[in-house]
Amino acid sequence: MSILHIVNKSPYERNSLDTCLRLAQADSAILLIEDGIYAVKKNAAAASKLQSALEKHKIYALEPDLKARGISADDTIEGISLVDYDGFVTLATEYEKLQSWL
Amino acid sequence: MATKKFLYVNRRPPHGSIYALESLEVVLIGAAFEQDVSLAFVDDGVYQLLRKQDTSEIGSKNFSPTFRALGDYDVSKIYVERESLELRGLTKDDLMELTYEDEDDDWAEKDAIRIIDSEELGAIFEQQDVLLNF
Repeated sequence: MSILHIVNKSPYERNSLDTCLRLAQADSAILLIEDGIYAVKKNAAAASKLQSALEKHKIYALEPDLKARGISADDTIEGISLVDYDGFVTLATEYEKLQSWL
Repeated sequence: MATKKFLYVNRRPPHGSIYALESLEVVLIGAAFEQDVSLAFVDDGVYQLLRKQDTSEIGSKNFSPTFRALGDYDVSKIYVERESLELRGLTKDDLMELTYEDEDDDWAEKDAIRIIDSEELGAIFEQQDVLLNF
């Protein structure tokens, strides 16, 4: 497996997600954590970017960070996989490299 | 002591940094000194007001219920920019209910949150004596 890309910045405050999506190769995955999770909210401007990225990448979001920010699982766009901390660790071991877009 | 008009401008999301919590602390201090306090929520700041925030699994304090104390400090003007909500797929129903009791109207309980557009919010900036940014 190749790279797990991790994004922790809000898509409305920083361009980390845009740059990640521009450079991530087709067999890599994306994990959204901390303020990065706002990108998965339905009916929002950033959601369309993720929607098209889902054709190329598996996309994960860290559920404790969603809950902390008041975004419920029902309010996320279709196709996003929610993971807990154990799932985060498993992903980190499954991919050959990690790229954190700080 | 002379009363001044203070506007606290909140543009950051709640849990990724200390800004949102610090802002709320300073707002409560200003209000305790009986200043004319207003809050503005713009850009990612609007996320601070979302309902049902549960930080039990991220090991940080959930300060969002503290917003409900603002009414007791006579903070009755909480402005939220409509454009910021819309870009993020949010509506008024996604926000907490924050109320105050209006002493000029027989202490009737009223909604403190006012969703206004950019133009109206820009005009409110102009009316202030002090602008504080977080």
